[in-house]
Amino acid sequence: MATKPKLYYFRGRGRMESIRWLLAAAGVEFEEEFIETAEQYEKLQKDGRLLFGQVPMVEIDGMVLTQTRAILSYLAAKYDLYGKDLKETVRINMYADGTLDLMLMIALAAFKPPAEKEESLALIVQKAQTRYFPVFEKILKDHGQDFLVGNKFSWADIQLLEAILMVEELNASVLSDFRLLQAFKTRISNIPTIKKFLQPGSQRQPPPDSHYVEVVRSILHF
Amino acid sequence: MAAKPKLHYPNGRGRMESVRWVLAAAGVEFDEEFLETKEQLQKLQDGNHLLFQQVPMVEIDGMKLVQTRSILHYIADKHHLFGRDLKERTLIDMYVEGTLDLLELIIMHPFLKPDDQQKEVVNMAQKAIIRYFPVFEKVLRDHGQRFLVGNQLSLADIILLQTILALEEKIPNILSAFPHLQEFTVKISNIPTIKKFLEPGSKKKPPPDDIYVRTVYNIFMP
Repeated sequence: MATKPKLYYFRGRGRMESIRWLLAAAGVEFEEEFIETAEQYEKLQKDGRLLFGQVPMVEIDGMVLTQTRAILSYLAAKYDLYGKDLKETVRINMYADGTLDLMLMIALAAFKPPAEKEESLALIVQKAQTRYFPVFEKILKDHGQDFLVGNKFSWADIQLLEAILMVEELNASVLSDFRLLQAFKTRISNIPTIKKFLQPGSQRQPPPDSHYVEVVRSILHF
Repeated sequence: MAAKPKLHYPNGRGRMESVRWVLAAAGVEFDEEFLETKEQLQKLQDGNHLLFQQVPMVEIDGMKLVQTRSILHYIADKHHLFGRDLKERTLIDMYVEGTLDLLELIIMHPFLKPDDQQKEVVNMAQKAIIRYFPVFEKVLRDHGQRFLVGNQLSLADIILLQTILALEEKIPNILSAFPHLQEFTVKISNIPTIKKFLEPGSKKKPPPDDIYVRTVYNIFMP
């Protein structure tokens, strides 16, 4: 029996959250080791399991994987969430890269001083409404299908739902002009594995708070 | 006969340079349309040619691809530069992601305040020598092969060579403690398609100068 994948990261969203989403959506149970002290982190580095000395790190299928996008691409391919050919894969990649950019802005905003953080978050909501969401609304409108690519559930759908929910935490009415995205959100949220992940008690992490920021700062020294 | 790929970007390295490297290494001829004014960018955006209103954008195989990583993956997949199986692919992906993190520092460098630029060269050198180069030196030393993964040229080799050469322009002796990387640099540079790209008259772009920085500000600043 294969061992469960094991995730190494801080106890919070950061760069690991998209990986948790993908695994959960694929119905894969996973374990986590939360890095809570500088000593723990240094030990991982000294053990040589962090390729470039950084997390996220995921132990899976006898491999030690680092680099968020490499991990996500591996999982998408493994769980058949990456399209049926190169043309579908590249579209999934483009859409995922776009949503990753948006979510990374949110993750990084948590580490800014209060005034700058407010400004960043407002800008992020604006970008979501003017640059990202209109694109996905149009994609859904143009093909009229339930999923973003190839009429089949893919990594791109998981990423988009994750991004929508994250931006909604910043501004609850952000989807008000996007009728199809509202329907998409409901539809994808109701996929059984995702529905389960969205319930309390799952491995989904809450938004970053001051404690999380403090822990990460003290471990990564910035 | 298939049309040549067409690259849309300012006339300089930036985020498009990796794409130029990979196309050249794969022996693929390409055309370029250089962005020189805000109006040109606006035209591309208004015509819905840029998925997220950003460049790089590459017209290839009837698609308009954006997001640097997605573009690189597509070209690598298409031209057999991504390994033989999922495990090799993931290893290549991890190496590329790490190298791109280092390359990012080089890409951003000309846009830093002059006072910060010298400090950043020190930071780049430290990161290269402490975090990234030892990993690749060890990989090459351990398997004794010419290429990083699977004994054949891959995206990982191309992006690493690009990054090494860009760093050497700023810090000429940066490889002094890494004999295997020195050998790697020579061997990969001598691959015929890459050798050609390294000769004068190719589409390889020169290091960013004041004109390039000013052009980028003019195009992208609101």
